[in-house]
Amino acid sequence: MSQVAFLGALELGLVYGLVALGVCLSFRILNFPDLTVDGSFPLGAAVAASGIVAGLNPYLATALALLAGGLAGLVTALLNVRFKILHLLASILTMIALFSINLRIMGRPNIALLNEPTVLTPFAGLGLKDMLLQPLALLIVVGAVAGTLIWYLASEQGLAMRATGANPRMARAQGVPTGRMICVGMALSNSLVALAGALFAQTSGFADITIGTGTIVVGLAAVIVGETLLPARRVAWLVVACLLGSILYRLAIALALNADVLGLEASDLNLVTALLVAVALIMPGMRAPLAAWRGRRAAA
Amino acid sequence: MITLTDLCVTFGRGTVLESRALRGLDLSIPANQFVTVIGSNGAGKSTLLNALTGDVMPERGRIEIAGQDVTRWSAPARAALIARVFQDPLAGSCEALSIEENLALAAARGRRRGLGRAVSAARRSEFQARLARLGLGLERRLGDRMGLLSGGQRQVVSLVMATLAPTRILLLDEHTAALDPRTAGFVLELTCELVAEQALTTLMVTHSMRQALDHGERTIMLHEGRICFDLAAEQRARMDVPDLIALFSQGGRQLDEDALLLG
Repeated sequence: MSQVAFLGALELGLVYGLVALGVCLSFRILNFPDLTVDGSFPLGAAVAASGIVAGLNPYLATALALLAGGLAGLVTALLNVRFKILHLLASILTMIALFSINLRIMGRPNIALLNEPTVLTPFAGLGLKDMLLQPLALLIVVGAVAGTLIWYLASEQGLAMRATGANPRMARAQGVPTGRMICVGMALSNSLVALAGALFAQTSGFADITIGTGTIVVGLAAVIVGETLLPARRVAWLVVACLLGSILYRLAIALALNADVLGLEASDLNLVTALLVAVALIMPGMRAPLAAWRGRRAAA
Repeated sequence: MITLTDLCVTFGRGTVLESRALRGLDLSIPANQFVTVIGSNGAGKSTLLNALTGDVMPERGRIEIAGQDVTRWSAPARAALIARVFQDPLAGSCEALSIEENLALAAARGRRRGLGRAVSAARRSEFQARLARLGLGLERRLGDRMGLLSGGQRQVVSLVMATLAPTRILLLDEHTAALDPRTAGFVLELTCELVAEQALTTLMVTHSMRQALDHGERTIMLHEGRICFDLAAEQRARMDVPDLIALFSQGGRQLDEDALLLG
């Protein structure tokens, strides 16, 4: 793999690391299977790109993207908590609605950001090449977000959120307003995903209505890869594992696509991802039968 | 401390499976009283506790706790006044969290949860002191996941969790039913100790007549969503298990006949 491909994969891994953190928060911490992310990722990209093209400060545009994502998560949470719609269905409703909303925000299916200022523009004077500057800047942002998330999850409120996902009945008996916790968690989760979308648009130089497809699977893949490689009990390690999983997943994909022997093309990405997630989900269940089989063979 | 007036709860209202769990129940419990609750399956014992905690909303009637009308309060809002230990040892704690995290969660019951560290060093030593009293060695396992403990140990920790934050009322829902006799005895003894120490108003649901008579100072029996007898101190002192069983079957039958007559 060339250096360019490696740095590119690292960059994508870091951007999607934010998605992985968001998915980890909804799926793992809150136990809320949330497909809203397929809509909130492009939502973040759409808000940031439209804002920048309209002449808004890139930092302000990114902050707006974050806010928009939080709002999307809140809508899903309220559909579930207030109106008792099944969580999965509630998130699909928001996701579908966001497709139209994203088109409205962008006004067209695609916005190019090639010669526009981005959040990285102020650092262009440092003399680093874009190829290096982008992963470095992302590393700092993602590291800061992960650190904040770890701190939050160790706080009293974070603990209440974890209890909400793990045992809602007990959480309520301990005075945790579980409905409110779900709203906060889902807003937080989707604002992280929207932030990822906003950074993706600015580092890739475009926003497109289709970039959200499969976001949930990619995020889940990162979470699962991370958990498999770094099985951790402590919540801090879970957060680190999600980031690591995202980066390793991107590197693995880049390797697969770069290996000419395999004859894979970029368009095969979704198939490869789906296979990877399926294998990772099947694996834990396979361990016991395999061990039993080996045990029987050893006994024979 | 607790006043229930004409409390009615119906499940599956208007369907074939409609079941009237509480049918106009009246009950008044003064502060610091320890009441044991007996009754056959489906008599409404659990529903009574669920109505008190706010897990079930009554369709009629009034619930007053410490002079406040809490009938429409949500369960988390009532948690400041009420602590509860569930029958299932797995229900009262989070197995995915560590022991100290479970305790920290319970220690914050009834107050706003902020952004400060949930398990601080000061808290940890407080937890250690609380667990050391039990003599189970749990104080050395604060960082262990709750799921690693046995059912009995989890129930003991649940009990400690229930009495960690200041509380007025303790609800025990057959909390020793899933334990072996020795552990059940230990948990029961600990319960009485904590209740006496913190002067808690307590409702203990049990299926054991022995337990019902030996603990607390008042015994009530539920039948078909109403209180069918209420034994206060002197009356109860003269009773033994066979008397109670006689009353149990007799009380049930009488009500059945009444139900037939009133149709």
